[in-house]
Amino acid sequence: MKSLPNSVWENKDKYDCVVIGAGHAGCEAALAVSRLGFDTILFTVSIESIALMPCNPNVGGTSKGHLVREVDALGGEMAKNIDKTFIQSRMLNSSKGPAVHSLRAQADKAKYSRTMRQVLENQEHLWIRQAEVVEILTDEINEIPKTIDDSENRDLIESKKRKVTGVKTLSGALYSCNTVIICTGTYLKARCVYGEVSENTGPNGLKAANYLSDSLKRLGITLYRFKTGTPARMDGRTIDYSKMEEQKGDEPIIPFSFSTAPASIQKPQVSCYLTYTNEKTHEIIRKNLDRSPLFSGFIEGTGPRYCPSIEDKVVKFAEKKRHQLFLEPEGLETHEMYVSGASSSLPEDVQAALYRSVPGLENARIVRNAYAIEYDCIDARQLKPSLEFKEISGLFAAGQFNGSSGYEEAAAQGLIAGINAVQKMKNNEPLILDRSQGYIGVLIDDLVTKESTEPYRMMTSRAEYRLLLRQDNADLRLTKTGYEVGLIDENRYQSLLIKENAIKDEIKRLITVNTGYSGALREIMEACNSTPLQSGATLYELIKRPELTYSMLALADPDRPDFPVELRDAIAEQVNIQIKYEGYLERQNRQVEMFKKNEKRLIPENIDYSDIKNLRTEARQKLIKIRPRSVGQASRISGVSPADISVLLVYLTAGK
Amino acid sequence: METKYKTIAAISTGTGTSGIGIVRLSGPEAITIADRIFKGKKPLSLQDSHTLQYGRIFDNSELIDEVLATVLRAPKSYTGEDTVEINCHGGRYCLRKTLQLLIDNGAAPAMPGEFTKRAFLNGKLDLSQAEAVADLIAAKSRMAGESAVLALRGIIKQKVRELRGKIIYNIAYIEAALDDPEHIDLDGYSSELEVALLQYIDELDMLIQSFDKGRFIREGIRTVILGKPNAGKSSLLNAFLGEERAIVTEIPGTTRDVLEEILQFEGYDLRLIDTAGLRKTEDPIEKIGVDRAKNQAFNADLLLYIIDRSDEKTNDLLLEMQENMHGLEKKIYLFLLNKTDLNTGIKSSDLDEIIKQVFRSAGVASPTFKIIEISALTGEGIADVEEAISDLFFKEKINYNDEVIISNIRHKNALYSAKTSLNKVLESIAAGLPEDFYSIDLTDASNYLGEITGETTGEEIINEIFAKFCLGK
Repeated sequence: MKSLPNSVWENKDKYDCVVIGAGHAGCEAALAVSRLGFDTILFTVSIESIALMPCNPNVGGTSKGHLVREVDALGGEMAKNIDKTFIQSRMLNSSKGPAVHSLRAQADKAKYSRTMRQVLENQEHLWIRQAEVVEILTDEINEIPKTIDDSENRDLIESKKRKVTGVKTLSGALYSCNTVIICTGTYLKARCVYGEVSENTGPNGLKAANYLSDSLKRLGITLYRFKTGTPARMDGRTIDYSKMEEQKGDEPIIPFSFSTAPASIQKPQVSCYLTYTNEKTHEIIRKNLDRSPLFSGFIEGTGPRYCPSIEDKVVKFAEKKRHQLFLEPEGLETHEMYVSGASSSLPEDVQAALYRSVPGLENARIVRNAYAIEYDCIDARQLKPSLEFKEISGLFAAGQFNGSSGYEEAAAQGLIAGINAVQKMKNNEPLILDRSQGYIGVLIDDLVTKESTEPYRMMTSRAEYRLLLRQDNADLRLTKTGYEVGLIDENRYQSLLIKENAIKDEIKRLITVNTGYSGALREIMEACNSTPLQSGATLYELIKRPELTYSMLALADPDRPDFPVELRDAIAEQVNIQIKYEGYLERQNRQVEMFKKNEKRLIPENIDYSDIKNLRTEARQKLIKIRPRSVGQASRISGVSPADISVLLVYLTAGK
Repeated sequence: METKYKTIAAISTGTGTSGIGIVRLSGPEAITIADRIFKGKKPLSLQDSHTLQYGRIFDNSELIDEVLATVLRAPKSYTGEDTVEINCHGGRYCLRKTLQLLIDNGAAPAMPGEFTKRAFLNGKLDLSQAEAVADLIAAKSRMAGESAVLALRGIIKQKVRELRGKIIYNIAYIEAALDDPEHIDLDGYSSELEVALLQYIDELDMLIQSFDKGRFIREGIRTVILGKPNAGKSSLLNAFLGEERAIVTEIPGTTRDVLEEILQFEGYDLRLIDTAGLRKTEDPIEKIGVDRAKNQAFNADLLLYIIDRSDEKTNDLLLEMQENMHGLEKKIYLFLLNKTDLNTGIKSSDLDEIIKQVFRSAGVASPTFKIIEISALTGEGIADVEEAISDLFFKEKINYNDEVIISNIRHKNALYSAKTSLNKVLESIAAGLPEDFYSIDLTDASNYLGEITGETTGEEIINEIFAKFCLGK
């Protein structure tokens, strides 16, 4: 490790916000802050690695696709960027219910990165700077804000010990600012490992950030050590695709961004390929487990249970005779193929043997080895739901640094941290989405409330209200919020209002349209084996039948309004879903009402938990540590039982 | 903690007139405040905990009452706080005046259930115990008390928790399959779930039905007396009650109003509802009475049908019974063959034939009934009636070790809601909806059951539980 220079000089340019790291979190954070008019400097150890995808070459997928669409509805960039750079697109789970439909696009990685860099470079109020930040500068808070009524400030008086004032880079340059957003991903004291080989680098051999961790520790921030991994990349010219199952893209292509016109992105797509491991592969892995740094204890970091390495899968699902592997192109201008499902940290010779045991990869040549990466991240329970540190005013954190995994999870946090840094500088209440408003709300609530012992991955099952939080209605759920925050422009907001009203009016109309049983309707219904009507029915009632949809009934509905062409499909989809699943949506809405009651029951900041005798000791300790905002958040802390919550509720209502 | 709570006071004994009444005071200043109005040998603050002190309550110089005061120091009291219980003379004046004086001297009037809330907060009881305490206070009979004790011991919770665990397993299974379709397969799952759901619904039904049994215990058996005017209904009622309440008269049709009397038997109550005789009538006032009688009969748990043996001919009786029992054939009946003292007329075996014929023609295959010969006048057979009711309603002696009885209406409603949700899952399966739709209603079912086990929490549930407490507890 190099020694840091003693000389220090002060940079005279003034910035409102410093963003550390230009990965998926850092890009969204920097764009959000600068778009809202605040001068922002974005630090990265390598400008070539802006919006780098060091692992899988895709955006979206189960539940992650939801995050991307929510980011888009709030005015983020990820969806637009993948719409510009995708090479294949699929709607996953389309045979299942609408809650689990998930859009996933294969990216041209290099183009994704380049395109995002262009967006950043052309953004007003935003400056990119290649330098390693080594220290967060803070000051004690000694002045009491004048307006102590405002809750943020009140909170300053009660718990804040320090506030952020700037950062220092490796060269000794000081940058002063009002807010800092840390988005260091997997770079902090990063170490890449496979077999006995260990290198102190970030992903893809990039420079690790070796100093910031110590600065954070000096500020009293608790760090964890997590690990994750990536599979090998193969030379596509050496793969025999004829032994694999081809997976083509969907037609027509559905864009990620609600602002991308579908017609503008229809294009030829590349394919992915499915193959399977076999007993031979598993045998090679089992025989060499003792050489895996994970099993030998050479790596201490905790890996993601839900994104396991191939050796983890072989051990965990010992009864499974095979596991899926997907070969995914890394871009249009490269032969590199990503082997999805086969991340590993086994030695190079074992990797070569195990991949070659797979049908279609018998002669495959490795371009890059699979490896595991270990890095420093934080216990995110030190953050408020706004993603600001509880103890350091103005210091925000997002992305893998917060113990999450995945590009989409990172982007979502980056956007929220960026928005809240601005809210802070404007003296506004922070934007906090709750679990009923979006996957973003679930993600952040989980991160700041529950203990993470491994990288946190978004999953459908984590969202209790998933039937309401669909990817198809993310715009209806969140565009208004994005507009209020200032990241969604007037045009897009007006277009949303048109869509929203059109859906409402159309459903109202369908309730009133009575049909007989003749002509077009009869033909349609006979073709679908739908039980004939005895007397008439409303179109609304017919759409509720499982075998019929709103779109199918178009010919039997001559008075159907002529919607703007760019909204037509989207309106049809919403009308269909809202009618068909009305009862379920209503019941889920009732669950949300119940949920909101505990969310709205706020816990006073000055509550003295040691005062409540009936709390169990573990619960009391956790509550003191996490200081939840609401009874709802308290109820999700592990170690706080329902009985403890009852005690808390009674305490809050008991006459004092 | 005491510093944060006010000291509260309330009259803790019932509203009726009684020999003594208790004003209870709890909180950090309980003893100090009591000393401001209590004059004894020594101030209460100098007395040991758990001792009884004689003294007088004064309003300035005016003597209000002579009392005994108990000092209970924290944490060894019901609330876990310093407590003073002042035993006054039972008149409302003394009690109210004493309470008022305590309030004037710094105590706050307690809300209903507030003492128990404090006991709960201070770790003296958990929520389900608190709820059971409320049931116990409200219990009207021995069995009701025992069933509340059962809740206190957590047996209901255990049963419901098991069922909830099974439902949660299914939610988790569906969610696991959503997240890891490669390794967790949903093929054939819906038909497995269907079978499981039917079984869960059966279990819920049994618990819900036990509520009815619990209701008989808690509220008493709603019993309506049927029969021709003059058959002896009113005198039967009197025989039960042992005092003249209803007007016994020779002119048919005078018992027009619905009278209700509660009769305490060993372990349970019989709520006897005497009605106007069921008889075709053109008299508008009497007609109201007859309609009301029919209405009462529909809602009754038990129908007592009285037949005057001296006054009946077989054919007429058959017609009369068919008319009176119309629409009520599925009820539980006790047929009382009255006037056994008169030794003439219809026999028990004839009546049995007629009754069976009535049920047969109404298509009821296995009716629930018993015939008992009585004399309302002499009281002969009345003891048999009591025994028969006990047999009909509590045939299997309630075994507190293995039978769970729900006696709390909040619990019953939660069980019923859970059942409704599970039925919705069955509908979703029948409609061929994807598995992730099941989880909405499974979650609802699990939440409803959680309201019983305490795993679902919320302000409303807490309030509902504490609202059942009377003032002073």
